[in-house]
This record gives sequence, C-alpha cells and structure tokens, in this order.
Amino acid sequence: MTDPQPLLSLRGVSTHYGAIQVLRDIDLEIHAGEVVCLLGGNASGKTTMLKTILGYVVPTRGEVLLDGRRITGLPTQRLVGLGVSMVPENRRLFKRMTVRENLEMGCYLRNDSEEVAKDFERVFALFPRVRQRFGQRAGTLSGGEQQMVAMARALMARPKVLLMDEPSMGLAPVLVEQNFEIIREINEQGTTVFVVEQNATMALSIADRGYVLQTGRIVLSGTAESLLSDQRMRTAYLGEL
Amino acid sequence: MTTVVEAPAAAVGSRVVMIGLVGGAVAVFVSANGMVEAFSERELLDGLTLGAVLLLSIPLLVGYVAGRRQPELEGFATRPPGWRNPATGLLAGFISGVTIGAFVLLIATVDLRGVLLNVTPELVRDDPRILTFGLEPGAGAGLLVGLFAVLGGLAGAIQVLPDLWRRAVLAAVGWVLAFGLMQAVVSQVLRGLQQQLRIWTEPLADFLYDTSGALSIAGITVVAVLGFCLQLLGSRKPRALVNARLERLTDRSRRIVRVAVLAAALLLLGLLPQVLGSFLSEVLNIAGIFLLMALGLNIVVGFAGLLDLGYVAFFAVGAYTTALLTSPQSSLGVGWIFWLAVPFVVLAAAVAGLLVGTPVLRMRGDYLAIVTLGFGEIARLLFLSDWLKPTFGGAQGIIQVGDITVGPVGVRTPQAFFYVIFVFVLLAAYATYALQDSRIGRAWMAMREDESVAEAMGVDIVTAKLSAFIVGAVLAGFGGALFATKIGSVFPHSFNVIVSITVLVVIIVGGMASVPGVVLGTMVLVGLPELLREFEEYRFLIYGALLIFMMLRRPEGFIPSKRRAEELHEEEIAQDEWLKTQDTGSRPEPGSRPEPGSRPEPS
Ligand SMILES: Nc1ncnc2c1ncn2[C@@H]1O[C@H](COP(=O)(O)OP(=O)(O)O)[C@@H](O)[C@H]1O
Ligand SMILES: [Mg+2]
Repeated sequence: MTDPQPLLSLRGVSTHYGAIQVLRDIDLEIHAGEVVCLLGGNASGKTTMLKTILGYVVPTRGEVLLDGRRITGLPTQRLVGLGVSMVPENRRLFKRMTVRENLEMGCYLRNDSEEVAKDFERVFALFPRVRQRFGQRAGTLSGGEQQMVAMARALMARPKVLLMDEPSMGLAPVLVEQNFEIIREINEQGTTVFVVEQNATMALSIADRGYVLQTGRIVLSGTAESLLSDQRMRTAYLGEL
Repeated sequence: MTTVVEAPAAAVGSRVVMIGLVGGAVAVFVSANGMVEAFSERELLDGLTLGAVLLLSIPLLVGYVAGRRQPELEGFATRPPGWRNPATGLLAGFISGVTIGAFVLLIATVDLRGVLLNVTPELVRDDPRILTFGLEPGAGAGLLVGLFAVLGGLAGAIQVLPDLWRRAVLAAVGWVLAFGLMQAVVSQVLRGLQQQLRIWTEPLADFLYDTSGALSIAGITVVAVLGFCLQLLGSRKPRALVNARLERLTDRSRRIVRVAVLAAALLLLGLLPQVLGSFLSEVLNIAGIFLLMALGLNIVVGFAGLLDLGYVAFFAVGAYTTALLTSPQSSLGVGWIFWLAVPFVVLAAAVAGLLVGTPVLRMRGDYLAIVTLGFGEIARLLFLSDWLKPTFGGAQGIIQVGDITVGPVGVRTPQAFFYVIFVFVLLAAYATYALQDSRIGRAWMAMREDESVAEAMGVDIVTAKLSAFIVGAVLAGFGGALFATKIGSVFPHSFNVIVSITVLVVIIVGGMASVPGVVLGTMVLVGLPELLREFEEYRFLIYGALLIFMMLRRPEGFIPSKRRAEELHEEEIAQDEWLKTQDTGSRPEPGSRPEPGSRPEPS
C-alpha cells in the first residue's frame, strides 16, 4: 500500500437486478501487488461484485476505476485488453475445445506471439499438468485440472489484476490448499489478485487484506491478521462455516 | 479368470421378437402408404421390381440385425458364431413375414380404402396382386411368410462369416442395389465416356441392363463379383500402401506426383459434365446450389452455433437482386450482365444478414430459431406482397433473368453452368476452411460454447454474431443469384421454409462443421432425389426417417468433423482408450493413473 493510487477500486457502487438491490454502496480498493480477498456467505453478492467490475452488469450508482480511469459501463470484451481477467465461478472452460484452444482464447486479443510463447512456458511451469493435458478436450478433465486450466487461461492474457470467483468450490481440501499455494505464487510473480471466497480461513491465509460482504454490504475490512483475530469475524462469519 | 455369462434366453427371445415386429410394421407401412405399389412400376433387377426389392429388403435387414453376433466383451466368453445366427435371423424374418401376411389377409377380406387411401385392390385382390407376387391372398400370405423367413435366415447366416468375407458379401449386395437404382447414371456415364474419349464403353451398358432398364442376370453377376472382390482388395488399405510409397519418394518426385494428380483431377473435372450429359449435369447444378447454401448455413449453425431456420430469406434476396439487375423486364429494367450484379448480391445479402442478425443478437437457442423462422416467412411474404409488387412483381415474379456470360459467350447449357457453380462452391469451401482456422473461427467456437466467458476473453459478441450471419447470407445470396439465372425467372413460391429445412437437414445428416460431410449430405439428400424420381412423393417421409435414424444412431452425421464425433461419443472413446491400455498389457500412459507416492490427483 505504498502506491497511493489503487489499481482497481469501487466507489459507492450499488448494483440492482431489476428492482432488487444486490450491492449496497460498496467502497473497495485493490493496490498493485496485493492479494485481496472478498469473503461472504452464499448469495451475499460476491459474484455480482465481480460481474459489476467486468461490466456484465452496470452499477446503478457509483463507479469502478482501473488505474484511476473510470471503467464503469465499458463493454466486457474491452476489459481484458485493459488488464483485467477472470477465473469464473465453476471454472466455465470451453468444454468442447482442447486445453490448448482454451489457453489460446485466453490470449485472444494479443498479437505479441513471442511474449505469448513465453507466457505458455510460464503457465506450464506453474501447472505442469496443463502441459500434459495440452491436446485433451477441456470437458474431459478432472475438476482440479479444470481449475488449473481456468487459471492458466486467465493468466494467458497477462493481466494486471486477476479476479477469481471461489477457486476452492467443489475441490477436495488437499487440492484447495495446492490451489491457494499457486495463487500466492502467481502473486509473487507480480500479478495482483482479487479472490472471492466462502472459505475464509484459506483465503485469509494467503491474502494481504480482506473485506467481508453480508447481504450486499461490506461489514468488515482490514488486514488478514486483524480479520483472523477479529471477534466479530469469529462469531459472525467463521463460526458459520 | 473369465466367467461365462450368457444372456438369459428370454431376453434374447424378446429382442428377436421385437426386431421381427418392427420389421413387420415397416413392411405393412410401406405397403399401406403406397410405396410398394408406386415402386412396382420400375423393374430394378431382372424380374424384380423396385417395390419388390423394397419389400424383400426388410427381412434381409431384420435377419441381419437379429442374427447379429455377440459383441466381444472383456471378461466374458463370446459364443462363437454358429447355427444360432441364421436361426435367430430366420425367426425374426418369420415374425415379420407373419405380420405382413396377416396384413395381406386383412386387406383381402376387409376393404380399408376408406381409411387408408393407398390400400388399392391391386395390392392383393385384383391383378397384378403386387404384394403377393400375383398369387391368391391365402397362398400369397403363405409365400410372404416363407420368403421372409428364408431371407431372414440367409441374412442371419451372413453373420457367421468371418469379418472380411461378411463385408465383401455386404459390398456385393450394396453394389447390386446401387447399380440397379443408378441405371440412368451408369448408362449415361458409359455413353458419355464413349462419346468423349472414344473408348468402347457404351455396349457395356447394354450388357449390364435389359431393355427395360433393369440390371440383367449377367449384370447382377458381374457387379456382385466386382463389389465382392473390390471390397476384399480394398480391405488391404490401398491408401496406406500409397502413402507408404509416397513416403519413400524424394521431395522433388513427390512434388511431381502431386502436380500430376492435381492435373489429372482437373482434367477429370473438365470432362465430368461432358460425360454426364445435360440431365445429370443439371442434377449436379441443383445440388451445387444447395451445397453453396449448405456451406453457408454450416458457418452460421455449425461454427457459430446460431440456429437459423429462416435461411431461405438470403437465398431469396440473392435471387431477387440478380433478377432486378439483370432482367430487362424488371422494375429497374437495367438489364446488366450477371457479373455486374454480383457485387450488389453480396451487398444486398450482407445487408439482409445485418437486418436479421441485429434484432436477434441477444437471443439464444430456441428463441433464435423461432424468430429466424419468422424472418424467413416474412421475406417470402414481402416478395409476394401487393405492396412491393411494383418492385418484385408479386406472384408473377420477375422473368427474363439475364444469363451468365463469360466474355462474349453465354453460359446456357447445364454443362457450361456446372463450371460456374463449381467455381463458386470451391470458393465457399475455401472460405469455410480459411474461416475455421482463423481468429474469428476460434471466436465463433468459443461463443458457441459460452457466450459470456468468450466476452471476458475479449471476443466482441456483436461482431462475431453479425459476421457469421453476413458470411452465411452472402453464400446463400450467391446460391440465389445462380438459381435465378439458371432458371431464368424468380417467383416467391420458390423460397418457402422447405428450402431452409432441407439445407438444415443436409448439414445435420452430412455432418455439422465438416465440409466433406456437407458435400455428401447434399449429394445424398438433394442429388439422389433428383435422380430417383420414384421417391419424389416420399421424399420428406424418407428425410424424416433418415433424421430419426441419424439422431438415434449417428448424431454426428455421416462424415462428422473430428471434434463433433468426439463430443458425441465421449463415453465410448473414453472406454476405447481404457481398453487400449488394457490390451497392450503394459503400464498405462504416464499421467493416466496416479503413481504411488506422487502428488495426489486432482479429482
Ligand atoms: N441474474 C440475476 N438476476 C436476478 N437476481 C440475481 C441474478 N444473479 C444473482 N442474483 C441474486 O443476487 C444475489 C447475489 O448473488 P451472487 O452475487 O451470485 O451471490 P454469491 O456469489 O455471493 O453467492 C442472490 O440473492 C441472487 O439470487
Ligand atoms: Mg457466486
């Protein structure tokens, strides 16, 4: 948090689906180099927040800033070019395409083929299994492998900030741990990470800071250590797990 | 340790009864709907009419399916083929025979014409007693039962043969049927070859076929032997042999071979319409126009996954644009030459693509299908309407559409037209391949899979969808332009929903997203019906039956794209892979099993 200007920030964002308000006056900042997590129970609005950042839904009030520039209301396909990529909830790979083709879709907008080749090597180094499964159709991969391909696909865009929606969902505990290990590694290589999770202990173990969302409102925020020791967090949230 | 497990007798029995009954039902159906009678006009094989062949092919199929060998399953003992195969075939054939025999007795005693229009007295009551081969109903029914049983048994017996021989027998039967049905084509080709190349082929036609056009006994023998032998030889994989030979050549001689093959192909192609004569060339031309449309729709549906049921609209736009610009009789009255109109066809079709594409951008799947279906009808009604009659001529359409000219020469004969259509088809096929491997091709594929994730990857969905609609529309527009100038006039009634459906069926049956599949689909579903006029009345019945069969047994189409075949047979492929690792008996591929002590497998 040495950099005064956040990489990505939400200022007073409210989002509605029809008449129903899902996000209420959200203020949130992510600085370059950080791992920030957003914690919250089911239906608290976590996915909606990511959708708002990515432009799938347009906030009814407030704004989303990337590098100080307003990106509210930009069409989704523009964001990846600006450095925002996402690992969607439930991975959502292109199931009938091969792993290779999935990764190629990840760098769909890039023209710098030499740098792309380097990034392929980089994701292979992070996920050796992805190299093994390169020609296989994504739909036939196991859940853990799919999660790796989804992360690799997002990294192929060489994003400034990587948004991840519940990367632990549906994975065996040992895999979850591995997964977060890799997320930390990605962060150490210079990518800012914003991870949305229900699994608070796991997320806080790698995050610098965290926010807690409850029915669309941020009720708690702070450094990972402060949240882990916060009494309200213990009772209101961690206990619920 | 293998266990011998036999299917319980009752299960086998009920399967055979089921197959027999289905065969019987089909036999009754084709008799009652008039197919057998309609087809009995034509003598197909010496002494046998097409109707008889249709009827008698049923016990053959039934017996072949019922007498099927047990599939080999690991861990189970497979019963060697033996007397059971013909016996089950015979039983199934017998059951089918009893069914059709009962039907014969029924219509001999009760007049069903009030309900079933096509159950005419000529079927069994009056001469020529088509169903009973001229016999009295009682004797006829007996004959049918006997014939069906014997044929079923014979077909079941084929299953006893080793694979190689079994395939050769099937090939012989297939060749005889094909040569019989294709008499017009075969004779014409033999005649054309003699005319064009001055080789002595025409007398061959007289040898193969009687004066009535049926395959003669001698012809049947020769064709059967030919099919049998070629299949036996063919199973030695001549292609592999050729490839192996090519491998051994030097680069330079390989290039020479390639050029020679290309030159030979071009030469053959140049000769093709001349050899085929005007009627068959015309058939090819009609198929070619549909092929152009099918390649276009393949991009929209097969690549981009947008189910467009109103595709005929673009065909109509192409045809009307050509007519307006090239006919001196049209409201514009400019009477341009065809090629001058082509850029405007592209333009008009592209605009039409945009007009249809834009409002449906946010629609998916079934909604899109219904809305485009509506658009197709709207287009036809607009061309037909009184409102636009001053421009499009209403029901009278536009006549005197200009001919295609190449320099000062007009393209008038079907043979000449073939070359023009061929060039367009080649262009469309090339475009298909180029687009498939292009960026936009990838974007379409991703969009078909998951629109919103594709968006997050940077795919502009609007551009991707509209470009698919536009490319498809332009290809259909070309089809329409060629159609208009070939016929020489355009009328709104040519552009009904049947055209859209036909094109869609072509790509589904042929193989979605596969160019060879689309070509084969067009030849079979558009070309064949033009040749086999007997089937005209039953065209859509056959389409329907074929569609159902394909969806049940081979949903990926005749010649699927590799991708689709894999998608639809995922389980089987996975199993095959597994079996392969079992076969080799060696360790499975690295990575397919967790090795003890390695990192735990993601599951
Ligand atoms: N497309 C939508 N239309 C209407 N309501 C929605 C839609 N998507 C989500 N919601 C609602 O918004 C709330 C928050 O959903 P979501 O952001 O998916 O929660 P989370 O990701 O935290 O589980 C839920 O009550 C959900 O029912
Ligand atoms: Mg969610």
